[in-house]
Amino acid sequence: MISGWEQLAPLILTVITASTPLLFAAAGELVTERSGVLNLGVEGLMVVGALAAFAGTHATGSAILGVMFGALAGVVLAFVFAVLTLTLLANQVATGLALTIFGLGLTALLGKGYVGVTVGNLPQLNIPGLTDLPFIGPILFGQDAMVYLSFAAVIGISWVLSRTRIGLVLRAVGASHDSAHALGYPVIRIRYLATMFGGALGGIAGSYLSLVYTPMWAENLTAGRGWIALALVVFSTWRPWRLLLGAYLFGAITVIQLHAQGLGVAVPSEFLSMTPYLATILVLVVISRDKLKIKLNAPACLGTGFRPTQ
Amino acid sequence: MIHLVPRRQQSKAMVWGAPLIAVALTLITGGLTFAIMGKPMGEALYTFFVHPLTTFDGATELIVKASPLVLIGIGLSLGFRANVWNIGAEGQYTFGAILGGGLAIFFHESTSPFLLPGMLLAGVIGGMIWASIPALLKTRFNANEILTSLMLTYVALLLLGFLVHGPWRDPDGFNFPESRLFPDAGTMPILIEHSRVHLGAVFALVAVGAAWLLLGKGMTGFKLKLVGSAPEAARFAGFSETRMVWFTLLTAGGLSGLAGVCEVAGPIGQLIPTISPGYGFTAIIVAFLGRLHPVGVLLAGLVMALTYLGGESAQILIGVPSAVTGLFQGFLLFYLLACDVLIRYRIRFSEGRAA
Repeated sequence: MISGWEQLAPLILTVITASTPLLFAAAGELVTERSGVLNLGVEGLMVVGALAAFAGTHATGSAILGVMFGALAGVVLAFVFAVLTLTLLANQVATGLALTIFGLGLTALLGKGYVGVTVGNLPQLNIPGLTDLPFIGPILFGQDAMVYLSFAAVIGISWVLSRTRIGLVLRAVGASHDSAHALGYPVIRIRYLATMFGGALGGIAGSYLSLVYTPMWAENLTAGRGWIALALVVFSTWRPWRLLLGAYLFGAITVIQLHAQGLGVAVPSEFLSMTPYLATILVLVVISRDKLKIKLNAPACLGTGFRPTQ
Repeated sequence: MIHLVPRRQQSKAMVWGAPLIAVALTLITGGLTFAIMGKPMGEALYTFFVHPLTTFDGATELIVKASPLVLIGIGLSLGFRANVWNIGAEGQYTFGAILGGGLAIFFHESTSPFLLPGMLLAGVIGGMIWASIPALLKTRFNANEILTSLMLTYVALLLLGFLVHGPWRDPDGFNFPESRLFPDAGTMPILIEHSRVHLGAVFALVAVGAAWLLLGKGMTGFKLKLVGSAPEAARFAGFSETRMVWFTLLTAGGLSGLAGVCEVAGPIGQLIPTISPGYGFTAIIVAFLGRLHPVGVLLAGLVMALTYLGGESAQILIGVPSAVTGLFQGFLLFYLLACDVLIRYRIRFSEGRAA
């Protein structure tokens, strides 16, 4: 029994590490989508955030500053997206793809010098007494600040969306931009802010990948996680709490298949590596097959442009 | 602040002017990028955008690289017209290459004249199979084709990796993750002597012509547009959205699969872990840059092919990482999407705040 516990705890720790970036990215995209903006460029936000955080940490020696660089890079990129789609009314799907193509290209070029470099990790919480508790100590009280922040983000987003005025306005803008505009709410400005908030969390998600999860820089580091985060938003039917379930489900799948590869399971590693992608498809199918459920839960104006009448 | 003033009707000039402006802006940005990297701007731009075209090798390689881009771009443009967002062409390309290439590996001693046609057919079918999955999931289960087609790309790439590392690895290949070389009967005929230009270029031109006929004559072009822009009206008019999803995905899948098998049976000549420098994704830009119009796609395919060659020549001649290709491609798509606003709106600048 004791040895079982001893093996389980590190497994749970790696699941947390794998789930945290998905949770950040999906939480950010959820807010963006609730305002009616479909930003398919999460992968681009993440990869740019990952490199910015890595380079920032390398330059300043502080991982916390690095994460801030990552968040800032995400905000800047999301701002570009917002200018194109909200001000210039470009197609949101195409612009999201552009964001990803641009982000991957930009980081492939700028990241050349960071391949093989190592940087300092994020400090982990250490409360004498609590962190030393067997099993639950390191899991509950031994994480880095970002893990706690990811939970705080979900709780905060849930609270703001359901209980505050600004959350109500944001949802109104996503549900019917015409009505929200008629009531005098600044539709475009709110969408700008929601998109940039999504950018910040996307950038933080990328930061976590390059600083904690891998931790190193490699071209195309995100490997489709941005797209998985997009699928998680659908999985959650746009409700923050369900993101927790989804992100940890996918984190667990990722870690279990990696462990299975390490243990030399008789399945070729390539097939094990496919599982997160296949699971994403499966989850999408299961959730989307109920058309009515999607229609009732998705922000009605998702992905449509809005031009205020003068 | 920027104000958008709607035009009475779409500006025809801007439909084709926007891509030209976008290319010009990309050139300027590219020049500045080179300058930031400490390279002389003029020389670097010349090396990237002009030098590849000045040699026989460069000019023929342009056709080699444009062929898959045009093939895939034609298919994607049909789907994009109908708001069917197949972004998994890279996976369809890969699965087509696997099925077609698999035939060549299986019959590696064959000298039959039917081997190559069989491979090409298998490639088309492979691409269609891979595209049929998102089509089925979209039409039957309402699953978003953007995400499913992209996820399947990762699956196809992993499958290819498994095959060339495992069962299809060349037994005489010193354990390199590569398949056997395809037999002569399974290799694309070369069209221009001393170059790598192969039959795929002809297929690309045929695809352009076929799409042009398809969109020009009859109702298909109109149906695609209506399903894309006004699904309710399309339903009212009796056009089946389901059928359009299947049609566009299978067409794009088939053309992508064909591009894939042409590449492995042509310039590559075997299956290896990486068989595409991202053609399936670049073709998305090709489709938009070409205004979703067959002739436009042809021209855009040549432009985007040039960015690959430019990246290579910039790396060799002035020591700039070839990754600038991806950056320039991203810039181009950004600028293009931004310039497209000019088709429907005039831009007015004013002091006041926008609403």
